[in-house]
Amino acid sequence: MNIINILEEIEKVDGDVYERLSPRRKAMQQFYKYGSKAAIAAIPLGLGSMFNKAYGQAVPAGVIAVLQYALTLEHFEYRFYERGSALAPIPAGADKTAIDIIRDSELKHVNFLKTVITAAGATPVAEKAVYDFTAMGTFPTVFTSYATFLAVAQVLEDTGVRAYKGRAGELLGQKVYLTAALGIHAVEARHAAKIRYMRRLNGHVPGIKPYITGGNDSGVPAANGNYGGAIPESNVNHAGVNITTLPGVTGTISVNAATEAFDEPLTAAEVLALVAPFGVS
Amino acid sequence: MDQQTAVEQNSKEASLLEKKIHRRKFFKFSSVAVASAAFIASCDKNKEDDGVNLGSGDVGILNYAYALEQLEAAFYTQVVANAAFSATFSTDERTFLTDIRDHEIAHREFFKKAITGAASSSIIPALEVDFSSINFANKASVLGTAMAFEDLGVSAYNGAGYLFKDANYLLLAGKIVSVEARHAALIRELVAANSFLGDQVDASSVNISRTPAEVLAIADTYIVTKINATNLPTG
Repeated sequence: MNIINILEEIEKVDGDVYERLSPRRKAMQQFYKYGSKAAIAAIPLGLGSMFNKAYGQAVPAGVIAVLQYALTLEHFEYRFYERGSALAPIPAGADKTAIDIIRDSELKHVNFLKTVITAAGATPVAEKAVYDFTAMGTFPTVFTSYATFLAVAQVLEDTGVRAYKGRAGELLGQKVYLTAALGIHAVEARHAAKIRYMRRLNGHVPGIKPYITGGNDSGVPAANGNYGGAIPESNVNHAGVNITTLPGVTGTISVNAATEAFDEPLTAAEVLALVAPFGVS
Repeated sequence: MDQQTAVEQNSKEASLLEKKIHRRKFFKFSSVAVASAAFIASCDKNKEDDGVNLGSGDVGILNYAYALEQLEAAFYTQVVANAAFSATFSTDERTFLTDIRDHEIAHREFFKKAITGAASSSIIPALEVDFSSINFANKASVLGTAMAFEDLGVSAYNGAGYLFKDANYLLLAGKIVSVEARHAALIRELVAANSFLGDQVDASSVNISRTPAEVLAIADTYIVTKINATNLPTG
């Protein structure tokens, strides 16, 4: 990730970014060219003030806080897959490839968020020196049993989806930051679906589906909180509408379909408490 | 994959869709040519017909989502109802496609109820769809279309999120889009193992987003009803 990636990311949601950064487009293009040739790491240090000027105001502290929160979780997720890929008994072939795709995806999220936070004029939160992937002994076989590794991966991915969802409202109207956060949110959901499908295909949890059926369908009793919370995954009421009263193909929508069709948020406090045993917060 | 490759793949996908759109336009023009007298006679009426208006503000975005959910629900309903469903798909595939049908119906019925409750005079009607380009008795045709619809839906919600003024509506969209992303990943896995991200993410592994105009241009291939998105917020 370098200056070019940031500008390209921003250009996708704000086509005028170069004009904003410099009233003289030519000067900006020169800057851009220089950046692409040199890809120097030092430039992002000055970017914060540049963006602040370009957008006429500093990035709100609330936005920075959400980005730092996201980075805190992504640091942990990346290390989980990085260690897991190296240590866990993952079958060679398609399964190993899948875990490495997810590992690389999480690393890209880490680098992306670090760059965006730097560009917004803040210092990216550092990763923890040590994580406890057993969650204080709850998952002692996390890197020695493939089934446990995938179980923890599922819980973490489903929780990650809920974490991003829970804080989207704090980015309301923030074209660049909200769109980026939603883009990562969707990728975490794709990871979650894939891990769940792998557990099904490996016979670890017969019948488990890529979406959340009912409440805690993970087969991990210790993860009840990850599927619970103020608005639990078992919720069927949205904006005053009870989904199970709506017409389905035959009769009304079933409870299973109603819970599968909507994912639920977790608050920051809920998430941080859930990942605390892993040494994340 | 690097960003350039992703962009190229996206444009490949786009050009495939363009071809479909062009073919459909050709048929439209052909039928117009055959019935040119009727066409001329109805010109005045057509001029006034601006299509189904999605409306403005948050309700406009909700109608936009409702339109897409109508399309998806109609598609999967037809997939499961097809006489060749059992012969075409495995037990697992039938389970998943039936589940997804029910999810999309839940989304459609939810939007119908919620928009009616929030602004009963602004809700769009049921849309007329055209799935004539899909072979429902062919696995590749059905799964390919499902993949395109799910990926399109994810990019649509992601691209419209910032347009919401009310955080409650944004949260609702968030509750649905992650399920669409789960569908997209699953359908992709049914098509090809380990394609769950595929060309739908950029170089930073962030899911792509599309503007309503981009989304509706693609969805137009399958929607007969003219959709007018001119009053949607643009940020």
